[in-house]
Amino acid sequence: MRLVVVGNGMVGQRLIEALAARDTEGRWSVTVLAEEHRRAYDRVRLSAYFEGATAEELTLAPAGVPSGTDIRLGEPALSVDRAARVVRTAAGAYPYDALVLATGSFPFVPPVPGRDARGCFVYRTLDDLEALRSYASGRSSGIVVGGGLLGLEAANALRLLGLRTSVVEFAPHLMPMQLDAAGGAMLRRRISELGIAVHTGTAVTALATDGERLRVDTAGDLALDTDLVVFAAGVRPRDDLARAAGLAVAERGGILVDDALRTSDPAVYAVGECAAVEGRCYGLVAPGYAMADVVVDRLLGGTACFGGADTSTKLKLLGVDVASFGQTAGALDVVYADPANGLYAKLALTDDAGTLLGGILVGDATAYGTLRAAVGGPVPGKLADFLSAGAPDVALPGHAQVCSCNNVTKDAVLAAIGDGCGDVPAVKACTRAGTTCGSCVPLLKSLLAEAGVAQSTALCEHFAYSRQELFDLVRVRGIRTFSALVSGYGRGRGCDICKPTVASILASLGNGHVLDGEQAALQDTNDHFLANIQRDGTYSVVPRIPGGEITPERLIVIGEVARDFGLYTKITGGQRIDLLGARVEQLPDIWRRLVAAGFESGHAYGKALRTVKSCVGSTWCRYGVQDSVGLAVALELRYRGLRAPHKIKSAVSGCARECAEARSKDFGIIATEQGWNLYVGGNGGFRPRHADLFLSDVDTDTLVRTVDRFLMYYIRTADRLQRTAAWIESLDGGLDHLRAVIVDDSLGLCADLDEAMARHVASHTDEWRDVLEDPVKLRRFVSFVNAPSTPDPSISFGSERGQPVPLGMPS
Amino acid sequence: MIVVWTPVCRFTDLLAERGVAALVGDAQVAVFRLHDDGLRAIGNRDPVSGAHVLSRGVVGTRGDRPVVASPMHKQAYDLDTGECLDADARVPVFPIRVRGGVVEVGTA
Repeated sequence: MRLVVVGNGMVGQRLIEALAARDTEGRWSVTVLAEEHRRAYDRVRLSAYFEGATAEELTLAPAGVPSGTDIRLGEPALSVDRAARVVRTAAGAYPYDALVLATGSFPFVPPVPGRDARGCFVYRTLDDLEALRSYASGRSSGIVVGGGLLGLEAANALRLLGLRTSVVEFAPHLMPMQLDAAGGAMLRRRISELGIAVHTGTAVTALATDGERLRVDTAGDLALDTDLVVFAAGVRPRDDLARAAGLAVAERGGILVDDALRTSDPAVYAVGECAAVEGRCYGLVAPGYAMADVVVDRLLGGTACFGGADTSTKLKLLGVDVASFGQTAGALDVVYADPANGLYAKLALTDDAGTLLGGILVGDATAYGTLRAAVGGPVPGKLADFLSAGAPDVALPGHAQVCSCNNVTKDAVLAAIGDGCGDVPAVKACTRAGTTCGSCVPLLKSLLAEAGVAQSTALCEHFAYSRQELFDLVRVRGIRTFSALVSGYGRGRGCDICKPTVASILASLGNGHVLDGEQAALQDTNDHFLANIQRDGTYSVVPRIPGGEITPERLIVIGEVARDFGLYTKITGGQRIDLLGARVEQLPDIWRRLVAAGFESGHAYGKALRTVKSCVGSTWCRYGVQDSVGLAVALELRYRGLRAPHKIKSAVSGCARECAEARSKDFGIIATEQGWNLYVGGNGGFRPRHADLFLSDVDTDTLVRTVDRFLMYYIRTADRLQRTAAWIESLDGGLDHLRAVIVDDSLGLCADLDEAMARHVASHTDEWRDVLEDPVKLRRFVSFVNAPSTPDPSISFGSERGQPVPLGMPS
Repeated sequence: MIVVWTPVCRFTDLLAERGVAALVGDAQVAVFRLHDDGLRAIGNRDPVSGAHVLSRGVVGTRGDRPVVASPMHKQAYDLDTGECLDADARVPVFPIRVRGGVVEVGTA
């Protein structure tokens, strides 16, 4: 069946994602008609655009389009023919079985004379922001009309653009929808400290152009002189398309829908800011998401209803925490105000003080998660504790909503924990809690701790220490063997968790060959045989091909080795060649041939640097701006053999077209006209993630120095089997913390990290060459200790597409 | 019952806390030397994956029991009893001894 979605804003995007996730039988094929030329982006964080976030970083669709979905950008719907069930655009006609209107809203501009003057802007889309930015360049002042949520966001944007900023609000205090007068006053005090002038209780009556300048007249005889004006005085639902199609609209605008989000035509739904649910519009994203989920359920035959929505808000405006939840005034209001520290808190209670109805927090919203979840029940804990800074330790009832963006209750989180979700990322993946605004993540952590889920950092039953603590113990105490470590700081004789971890730590700290002495016994089978075990007990061999660059002669050698040893051959995703089906006793003979031809270990078997992929770059490509292959080869050779908590992948792209897919790597580099951009924390795999921009337009030396520190800091502080993405997420302060440590040297660690990397680079030798030159190590590469060259009789091969494949796995 | 002893290697060929595979008649046997120089022998076939790889696992302890973790999917096997501690499976256990510095595996 055909679904047409009009609009690709945050709610429209949520709808197609939720449908893609739930419509496992592929019942719906989806067409999205979007007015803007960009995929859905995070409108809630628009001002981040002026803090250096790129349009790409604000996108909500990093993973691309769900399969079965056709997204038509820059192709707005022009009309709906409900009789024929067709939506028309300038480019074509789209028949539907169901239609969802997610047209959002448009900025409300008060009807004052002069509002169309040059220098007047609205604040809604990235295009609006770009127009604002280009106009603001070289100018010095700006006025925002509107002191609500959107207005203060816009004020932040102007401030970030370097303009002297004023805010004019019609209501008697800031954020009239969320705050009371005292809360608004506290917010005003904090904002004024930032140099922003605030005029409340002030109505704009006219705008007049005065040469390049604008004059803003108000009802109170105040006249303000400025370079530009941004109207951010609220939004109005975009219901024009629905009106033209004859659908019912609400008295004050908005497409009228019932609690199933159906319009007056049952084949047409409306969601988000354009929808008036039983007459009421919602201007927040969380209710919009809830509506999208209801429609998805209905499309799949369900009976979900929209039961109203939590309009609680918590956000940081101009660096000030502001939150409001539930009713902000009750029979009994308990208030705390601390102007010296800019703190204000108010809890609204029933007259017997027995039930929490809602509240307001300004200056410190730490208690928000706990309090919002407690609305409708008793205040969880001592009242006074909530009225000063911080969040006290309290227990919530099971039905309490932990994540309001995704409507997840405490019980749902506990159920997920009971089903084996052992950490915050697992709970997020399972329940979606914490995946939208993230404000409930601290609450998820405390629920995990309360549930007694081993938030213990103990590595395993043999060590009460985390990997990071063990790393420091080994480094600081100069411990060189597992036996010394386990007898001094652990118990028992170790296991398949702690032994390879300690082996990796010893290797990261440079303790010679991984198969030297006692270290050999610590390695799991891959590191023990310097090859990757396969399902039939054979191994694969991956020679290093730095940057994916290989001479014809070496390519021929790989082909000859594969042919002579009967190995299945496949090109990997990391631009190298995998040779599979090698028996243990064949490995030295295979490597003798490869080493003689100049190959060395590719460490495909190790938790170590794997490959640095590259595109051909400026050497060949007519678009390339830097030598990506040269840099990739240099980086791969620099970091080869570096043992880490998990595998490390990298790539270098020679221009912004990004053919090397660098943003899917732990560290990825993209060439710019001026130098290189460094991205960190990407990965493919089970939970794909794009890397985040870390440095822009740096020269090669700065780039390499930063990557050195990034890798060494990761190696020292990450958990076992924690990829860089999860590691960065786990750092208190995330990417900012990382930047402080490895760029600004806030911990004074950089010299140490630099020295550690210099030692690694200087001490590199090829692991396979070392084995071939050492008869003691070579002796371990036998099939049977009493029949060294007899092949394992259980291994046999069939043939598929002309190549050997495992056969006859005895069951 | 008569036990037939087959010599497989010298004791000094074995690494502490590691295994080797040996062919004993038609049987593939995984031979381990423990931390205290004690020896254990179990079937080399990993019953979960079907591959003959148990000799290549990491040796350690779970509680007081000496175990090897399958290198394929990490299930632990008790080296004294052959019992799998993480799945419903079991591997055969073989008698093992040292005679004159030579390790011998027994079969019935």
